[in-house]
Amino acid sequence: MFKWLEKNLPKIVMAPAVGLIGWFVYGFVLWTLYISFTNSKILPKYELWGVGQYIKLWGSRKWLIAVDNLLIFTALFLIFCVVIGIILAIFLDQKIRAEGVLRTIYLYPMALSFIVTGTAWKWILNPTLGIQKMFIDWGFENFTFDWLVNREMAIYTIVIAGVWQSAGFVMALFLAGLRSVEDEIVKAAKIDGANLFTVYWKILLPMMRPVFFTSFVILVHISIKSYDLIVALTQGGPGISTTMPALYMTQTAFHKSQVGLSAASAMMMFMAVAAVIIPYLYSELRRENAR
Amino acid sequence: MQDKIHSSYKQLEQKSKYTNLFLRWFLYFVLVVFAFYFIFPLYVMVVTSLKTMEEIRQGTLLTWPSGLNFDSWLVAWGGRGYGAGDTFLKPYFWNSIKMVVPAVFFSTFIGAMAGYVLTKWRFKGDKWVFLFLLFGCFIPYQAILLPMARTLGVLGISNSVIGLVLVHTVYGIPFTTLFFRNFYVSIPSELVKAARIDGAGFFKIFFKILLPVSTPIIVVTIIWQFTQIWNDFLFGSTFSFGEAAPIQVALNNMVLSSTSVKEYNVDMASAIIAGIPTLIVYVLAGKYFIRGLTSGAVKG
Repeated sequence: MFKWLEKNLPKIVMAPAVGLIGWFVYGFVLWTLYISFTNSKILPKYELWGVGQYIKLWGSRKWLIAVDNLLIFTALFLIFCVVIGIILAIFLDQKIRAEGVLRTIYLYPMALSFIVTGTAWKWILNPTLGIQKMFIDWGFENFTFDWLVNREMAIYTIVIAGVWQSAGFVMALFLAGLRSVEDEIVKAAKIDGANLFTVYWKILLPMMRPVFFTSFVILVHISIKSYDLIVALTQGGPGISTTMPALYMTQTAFHKSQVGLSAASAMMMFMAVAAVIIPYLYSELRRENAR
Repeated sequence: MQDKIHSSYKQLEQKSKYTNLFLRWFLYFVLVVFAFYFIFPLYVMVVTSLKTMEEIRQGTLLTWPSGLNFDSWLVAWGGRGYGAGDTFLKPYFWNSIKMVVPAVFFSTFIGAMAGYVLTKWRFKGDKWVFLFLLFGCFIPYQAILLPMARTLGVLGISNSVIGLVLVHTVYGIPFTTLFFRNFYVSIPSELVKAARIDGAGFFKIFFKILLPVSTPIIVVTIIWQFTQIWNDFLFGSTFSFGEAAPIQVALNNMVLSSTSVKEYNVDMASAIIAGIPTLIVYVLAGKYFIRGLTSGAVKG
């Protein structure tokens, strides 16, 4: 008995982690998947109902708006975060004075919660006392900036706040990537007559492909899951104009008591994330095995 | 060869001194402009929290406050003292502390053990076990919210701090395991093998050999978990809405409550209070914070 215990101790120690994740991650996802095939309303029902919830979901105007918003948000969020992140990383990489201070400033938003970020930006963007008033008081009398309460534009306020929060993170990833490149490569290229722009555009950025890939995966992942920022900034409004899938899921489950339908929306989100993550994990694993 | 590159590089540097000078000014200009963009919201939050509502209506976002007036901070923290409808952060701040400390401890401990086994007591299929755990970093939590809500209900710990401790411990394990596993991989296994030959057991090896060198990764993990759990809103708002709510939920409720006139100064003071613990950690231990971000690079 004691011998057996000693021999299997590592596995016994490992068991809580595996058990908890097996139950609370895999078990729960399967439960959600099952429920998405039932006609559950307030309480879960367990007789199968087919793909009715998915048909209902893709016929719902609100869900389609949510998916539309997600695509717009993801595209803009990705582009701005990556462009700003790369510019900052390259510029910081030029033996800048006070680099530490600047880096700290660019990255501190990552330490804040999306609720804090949303609260701050909501105040800054509010038309009565925020930026709009600032410009009017400065003498631009016809200046209007009402995106926060404008159905067409509200989604872009979420982009502004989201980019503000996450661009520094991309900067940190690229800076780490650039710093890992041998100095000699850059110097040799310069002697061959390449200017700084060419060095980065033709040599260094192509070398950063894994960093691009990582940033892409993480940013898409953040955007599919974005929930807090929308709650704090717009609550999905005005109307339902800034609804996103994560918000749709919780509202459908906990306010509208449509458990089956919300499970279906959760599974759509799950599949979207899996489509991005599984290739990523696969390539990471291959890279590690190759080492 | 290296020397040759070096000396011809020096010549090149001399030649392009003037273009360089212009370039450097441009560089600093862009960097400073972005610094303003990133600092701007924090600046606005701080000055707004120090103004009276009268000052807010008269001035602009950027106007400097007339004095150091901490009234709205006191209101945000302790309320106005009139019973019902008086929302303030103090009790929820403590809820968050009570939630964060045990959740960080348990998830870090479990992750350390898992990382130790996965690297130093390898068994058949351990790679798959790691992948199995790692996938937990990425799942959108919406896919587990419904069964989790029911489970907490069945266990009788929904709407309580204990329930949130359980949730955060569980969903922290994939991250903590990842951190410790990646750290222990880099520690030579020969030490462990030698100790095993000398007859040292599982726990003795962990406490005598690995734990003493683990300080950096423990710091990284604690900071990561602390930031994640402190900043969480999804779990907090779904599983705990009343008295047991954590601070982010309370902050959101406070800002959204539309009783009487909107008090932006109190809102901003509340937001700062909710953000200050993680900001302090970031400023004091930024190096470890960034290490967590980039090595764990799987944030959600």
